[in-house]
Amino acid sequence: MIAEAGLAALWFAGALAALQLVMAAIGIARDRDDVAAAVRPVAIVQGLLAVLAMALLIELFLDSDMSVKLVVENSHSAKPWLYKFAGAWGNHEGSMLLWVTILGLAGGAVAIFERSLPERTLTATLGAQATIALGFYAFLLFSSNPFARLNPAAADGLGLNPLLQDPGLAFHPPTLYTGYVGLSVAFSFAVGALVTRDVGPAFAKAMRPWVLIAWIFLTLGITAGSYWAYYELGWGGWWFWDPVENASLMPWLAATALLHSVTVLATRDGLRAWTIMLAVVAFSMSMIGTFLVRSGILTSVHAFAVDPERGAFILALLAIYIGGALALFAARIGTVRAGTTFDPVSREGGLVTNNLLLSVILGIVLIGTLYPIVAASFGVQLSVGPPFFNKAAGPIALLLVAVMAVGPLLRWRRDDAKAVLRRVMLPIGATLVAAIALLFVWPGVLPWAGLSLAAGLAVASVAPLWKRNLKRTPLFTYGMVIAHLGIAVSLAGMASDSAFTKETLVAVRAGEPARVGPYMVKLDGISPVIGENWSALEARLTATRGGSENILRPQLRFFANPPTSTNESAILTVLDGQLYTVLGQPDGQGRWQLRLWWKPFVTLIWFGGVLIALGGMLSLLGRVLRERRAATRAEWT
Amino acid sequence: MRGANQVPLPLAGGVRGGASRVSPTARASHALPRPLPRAGGEVLAALLLCISPAFAQPVTPPARYANVQLADPAKEASARALMETLRCLVCQGQSIADSDADMAADMRALVRERIERGEKPASIRDWLIARYGDYVTYDPPLSGLTWPLWLAPILLLGSGGWIARSSFRRRTR
Repeated sequence: MIAEAGLAALWFAGALAALQLVMAAIGIARDRDDVAAAVRPVAIVQGLLAVLAMALLIELFLDSDMSVKLVVENSHSAKPWLYKFAGAWGNHEGSMLLWVTILGLAGGAVAIFERSLPERTLTATLGAQATIALGFYAFLLFSSNPFARLNPAAADGLGLNPLLQDPGLAFHPPTLYTGYVGLSVAFSFAVGALVTRDVGPAFAKAMRPWVLIAWIFLTLGITAGSYWAYYELGWGGWWFWDPVENASLMPWLAATALLHSVTVLATRDGLRAWTIMLAVVAFSMSMIGTFLVRSGILTSVHAFAVDPERGAFILALLAIYIGGALALFAARIGTVRAGTTFDPVSREGGLVTNNLLLSVILGIVLIGTLYPIVAASFGVQLSVGPPFFNKAAGPIALLLVAVMAVGPLLRWRRDDAKAVLRRVMLPIGATLVAAIALLFVWPGVLPWAGLSLAAGLAVASVAPLWKRNLKRTPLFTYGMVIAHLGIAVSLAGMASDSAFTKETLVAVRAGEPARVGPYMVKLDGISPVIGENWSALEARLTATRGGSENILRPQLRFFANPPTSTNESAILTVLDGQLYTVLGQPDGQGRWQLRLWWKPFVTLIWFGGVLIALGGMLSLLGRVLRERRAATRAEWT
Repeated sequence: MRGANQVPLPLAGGVRGGASRVSPTARASHALPRPLPRAGGEVLAALLLCISPAFAQPVTPPARYANVQLADPAKEASARALMETLRCLVCQGQSIADSDADMAADMRALVRERIERGEKPASIRDWLIARYGDYVTYDPPLSGLTWPLWLAPILLLGSGGWIARSSFRRRTR
């Protein structure tokens, strides 16, 4: 019954999305306010029905209902509770249902909370949101039904890929999807504003919090995903320029650019067409990412449960939505008045440069990710990976960091180049000192530039607080400071890891020590361990550094359903870095392979990511509080 | 779409003959279901006895340099740098530097041996490209097909800058 109820909820939600679209269209085209007024409640109910469908699917996984095809193919009754729960989205159908659920929730949230947008534009926005939802409901119902039954029912399931059996599965996909799909709201806002010809500062102020929310979740999702891959894959890498990683990076780059351009539109009424364009691009990148990941057209370490045929369906949706939005953009952009222009040396100028560089990086990542597909159509098998992206995007990213250091120190409208130079003397000094100091431990060109610029940016990012009354500084200024500082911290971690990592690969017998960086690591012995649905061989390693001793227990883990083995790394985190240990295969003569890395300051990468997201949250809070105060003031006067 | 299926797997001129086994280990998400002995016993010793044979006796032992570093740190560093740019042909998009697959281990051994003999990384890369095609390197060589890729950053920067120019006002003093 539960499966049928879930399917029914999905059909109802799809029907309500159709209704929402029709009513929004009538409301706007015929100027029927009574019809338009019903759009909000319909959007809310549609969102609730999608949540209900998702909840019922989770219930099926928790129950291990082996008469449901999806549960049989992706779950097992002996799996721990958490992975039954999170396993609901650890597969194609479930993850698409999660996608649609978040889409419905986002639409419902807009319907409930959005009060500052003119009613007509809001109706058009919810209409656009319904159009997107409709396509994805159709996708689920016609080609990816998560509730399909299996007759006769199976005795037990095939199990979940052990790489996914990690607490990360409970956190990472929902976070990332909230970011991806949250960008649909920006997209719908842009379409809504184009339909009602309402592009201006008020629109930008209404859109900004939604962009911020999506961006915060994207940042957290990428950070968490990177750390998960880092400890789970067992080779100490945290970013591989893999297609699936790029698929998450591209919407983030677009959203970051959008976040900055929307500020120009809200504050200075500039960059009107560009902001609309970016909103369309950002969500397009989310959809392209979904297509790349779900279709399996590019091979990836992180792609689980792919299906090429369904990829064609997503590709069709992608063409309709992006094509439709671009057509609307082309038709209406003539009616959007040119925004204000401004001086090159000004805050706006800095933000335009930020947008330019972010867009160029986005273009490089997009072209590099898709190029193997292009080459394949010419009959050539190509790989585009880290060497290309580092060479092509690395220098531009560093340039962007330099601009980021200067940007917040510029005044709006017009600034004086000499005065600016005086303001950035201290950051430039910090950069130079770091650059010269690093010459003595030469880390390689990119890490050298990265570390030096990180030092400069760290100083520059807190400079906007200099000589200011800290109590009266608005919350969103703190947000910007912390987010930019986060970039400096993260960059320092990346550069330090790639420059100073020490690697030791050894085959040792019990009792034999091995040296890696500042640590002496001794294999004490190997013993078997049994977990809930796995068994393992566990090494006991004693890591000694100076007087302190730590025990690490990396495992070779064996799963029976499906039969797979994984390396579970053991990581020792200390203030100045991480000791990363992996147990490899035995050689049959009593020796065990150990992979050991000492990674100085590698944790800064993810700490920086969390700071960036925290900055976003402060910014969001500051903006929302200010709007609310302004609204209360308006009521009283 | 995947080139992995079209390239000859054994490293013909390489370290050892025999087709590479696709091991059911870690990162290959399409891990072939080679059944492992069931670990059902409660007695730990029995468990150890049960599972260890599958791991204690690889079909062929890995080549010498697959998981052993070169003694000379400079040589190891240049081998490592090269390995990070080479694709493991039987994996889901990993470099040979971070893959558990046997073929990746063979290729690591090959790279380290040749570096040890004093061969230049570029010539090892060329040798691998000649054998396996451009698919084996993550650093696509410049060719008639790849020049748009390598030129893209400059073209994007140029055209983007030209577009951005229009949003600036001419400075009037």
